[in-house]
Amino acid sequence: MNQQIVRLTYVALALVAALVVMTTYWQTWASAGLAARQDNAIRRVHEFSIDRGLIFSFTPRKRLARNRERVVGEKTLFFRRYPYGALAAHVVGYSTVGRSRTGLERSLNDYLTASNGNLSTLVDKALDELHGRPVQGNSVVTTLDLDAQQLANEQLGTNCGAVVALDPRTGKVLVMASSPGFDPNDVEDHYGSIASITANCTPAAPLLNRASAGLFIPGSTFKVITASAALESRKFGPGSRFYDPGYCTVYGKQVHNFADQDGPEVFGTINLVTGLVHSVNSVFCNIGLKLGAKAILDTAKRFGFYERPPLETPADERLASGLYRNGKLFYPRVDANVDAGRMAFGQERMLVTPLQMAMVAGALGYGGRLMEPQVVDRVVAPGGRVVEEQHPTLIRQAVSKRTAHQVAAMMRLVVREGTGTAAQIPGYTVGGKTGTAETGIEGSNTTWFIAFAGKDEEGPPQVAIAVVLQNQSGVGGTTAAPIARAVMQAILQRTENP
Amino acid sequence: MSARSRELAGLIVAALLAGIALATVTIARDAEVSASAIAWGALFLALYLVAHVVVRRTVPYADGALLPLTAVLTVFGIVTIYRLDAQDGGRQAVWVAIGVAALCGVLIALRHDYRVLESYRYLFGVAAVGLLLLPSVPGVGERVNGVRLWVSVGPLQFQPGELAKIFLILFLAGYLREKREVIAQGRLKEFGPLVAIWGAAMLVIVQTNDLGSALLNFGIFLAMLYAATGRALFVGAGVVLFLGGATVLYNAIEHVQNRVTIWLHPWTDDRVYCALNGKLEYRQDCASYQLVKSLYSIANGGFGGTGIGEGTFTSVDGTQLIPYLRTDFIFSAIAQELGLVGAAALLLVFMVFVVRGMRVALQARDGFSKLLAAGLTFGFALQTFIIVGGVLRVVPLTGITLPFVSYGGTSIVANFVLLALLLLVSNRANAPR
Repeated sequence: MNQQIVRLTYVALALVAALVVMTTYWQTWASAGLAARQDNAIRRVHEFSIDRGLIFSFTPRKRLARNRERVVGEKTLFFRRYPYGALAAHVVGYSTVGRSRTGLERSLNDYLTASNGNLSTLVDKALDELHGRPVQGNSVVTTLDLDAQQLANEQLGTNCGAVVALDPRTGKVLVMASSPGFDPNDVEDHYGSIASITANCTPAAPLLNRASAGLFIPGSTFKVITASAALESRKFGPGSRFYDPGYCTVYGKQVHNFADQDGPEVFGTINLVTGLVHSVNSVFCNIGLKLGAKAILDTAKRFGFYERPPLETPADERLASGLYRNGKLFYPRVDANVDAGRMAFGQERMLVTPLQMAMVAGALGYGGRLMEPQVVDRVVAPGGRVVEEQHPTLIRQAVSKRTAHQVAAMMRLVVREGTGTAAQIPGYTVGGKTGTAETGIEGSNTTWFIAFAGKDEEGPPQVAIAVVLQNQSGVGGTTAAPIARAVMQAILQRTENP
Repeated sequence: MSARSRELAGLIVAALLAGIALATVTIARDAEVSASAIAWGALFLALYLVAHVVVRRTVPYADGALLPLTAVLTVFGIVTIYRLDAQDGGRQAVWVAIGVAALCGVLIALRHDYRVLESYRYLFGVAAVGLLLLPSVPGVGERVNGVRLWVSVGPLQFQPGELAKIFLILFLAGYLREKREVIAQGRLKEFGPLVAIWGAAMLVIVQTNDLGSALLNFGIFLAMLYAATGRALFVGAGVVLFLGGATVLYNAIEHVQNRVTIWLHPWTDDRVYCALNGKLEYRQDCASYQLVKSLYSIANGGFGGTGIGEGTFTSVDGTQLIPYLRTDFIFSAIAQELGLVGAAALLLVFMVFVVRGMRVALQARDGFSKLLAAGLTFGFALQTFIIVGGVLRVVPLTGITLPFVSYGGTSIVANFVLLALLLLVSNRANAPR
């Protein structure tokens, strides 16, 4: 019988040995995969037992996101509170248990939870863990100007739309407002109150950051790009003459100038400058037909079209501007695929984000230099030491200095005597461009104003802005331009008396 | 050094372990070193010293490793349970004390010759089947989690399956010792009991839905049949019979199907019908949440573990993550806090216990003793495999206890009785003739 017992021993030992093998599998090989799973509640506890870094506005320095400590079971957990509620909700985002994260809370999660790879952070974290203290995350200082942000929100009111203001010299985003907004404090437990938010558009989509992920028809604001392309091509100059019969013929059809109560305006023979100042569609239509769609799109690309604008927010909360077909970005293989005449004044499936248009205005005001937009100024360790600091980065010279100066001069004329006079700020020089995009529904225009403003015409502008409003019965010059003026004025006065 | 001296040294080591581990728990919980841990360690040592003295007097020649190994296993259990819930930890300690008392009781009662048990073999057989079916008797049995495992008499609850296992082994040891020759010759009519036991195992599944217990008892039966006859063919036939029966049951009983589905596909990418709330849910949030959460717990331990008292067993909103953490899933608690190092150490203790138990079987001089020791030890190993393997997704998860570690009175006491029987066999085998 002993032989059988020996064999049974082997079987019994093999059974328990198999358990050792499987334990090893789960605790080493499979461990990382399981830790990364969404439904892993232990992972979530780990995330919330970190004393998450704070998020600050730049000026005035306020805490946009802070922590509330709560003892749950046998652990101390840290839950987010947003003292300013909806004020910068789209940029800051939220960090919740039930609905994950958005905004900087998502994209900078590594810094905020001290999981970034910087040596000093690794050391700090190891020390915290060794002492049994909660790990402290790194704090983030944004570039936001909270007062101007507040003003932008107030100005947007119940309209659907967005305001993006940045410093064209550094790319720092001073205002990023999207309306309707939401209170991030409601996301965890009162999500229903967010879902029931209504505004002057349907769906209201309060969670959508219209400033960087909202796609709008650019309308006449796109003309500054067409004008840039025209000047860059050397086929046109500011004095190039056009005959405007009140329409332009594309594919044998007449495309009319923007119509007010008296029907389409007719300007007769005018030059490019007058064409932009009075936003004459036929002028740009003819430029488009002459240059071809691809030449204009290539200039647009140099301004950053066809790529997601580089910003620290999550990639899927930023969209690229350009031509869209069936909801997808597309670039025509040949000129004939696109109606260049209509595209030249910002129609024809052209869709842009306010962030992109603010970048365009900034680059034109700043001598053609396209700066990388940044909404994070620096990352700071718990002790106050700077972990990471952002520096202004030039993306590229979008157009030649000459072209930029010429277009900027035209844009100043727009504000001085053209469609954008509502944006004048006493004591400052403002250049801008209005836009009123027809969506096909009467009284439901998308209105725009993009602009830059500075102390004088020689120096670089201190602020560039894009304002967009949905479902407007008015035009860009009367609806969007006053908002742009108010926000720019607040920023300019703050820079003067900091 | 004699077996008893080694036993004493081993028990002191186990008590030290208990003291250190309990001190770690109090440090992790209250951030202070408490003298109570030393007191508890001393109490633990005193308890096992009683057992040691009784062993010395009744079975002086018995194996010296089994009692210390048991002590170490109970340390794992008490400390883990105490860490999860101080009150339950205290209760578990009381149960261990009662278990030690049972051990002493059995040793004293059978100190002259345990082989008298052989003559009661049929009584044990009938009692085993009776106990297994007891939970399905209306009014006595209780259904927990779809499985009938518990019996309550007044305020007392117990799991008869644990005791039934030992009775079954006693019956089989006696029966097979008597009939092993005739069965080995393959006489057809002697297969009656085999078929009867197969039928009983299936009946138990149908009646109680208790897959684990059926698998355990049938596995013990096959192992002992093989040990007695040396005919691998019988084992093969038994496995075929069991698989055949299991397939039929799989198709007939929803509970069995669920267990297998959970085992094969604990995670789904799409929402599937959830019987718990009648909605569409991911399976990991519904039917298989226990298994999946337990796997997360094990994975979180990693190589070195989180440390005693540092593991995560509650979710962000403070609810308990893994149900039955102190009983069926105690291994995933240990694996998280002690890591691969600790979990492997625990399994190694089980392996050494198995080796020592089988050694007792080899040393025993008569058939009954050999079969008894081999059956008890194999059952011990198989039970460990079924529950830990279930937690580790090696086999479908079924609720049985981890010997000496899981929280629960019946299990602790039954396993101390198992230990007592092994010590008795060992003593007789090593006693000078």
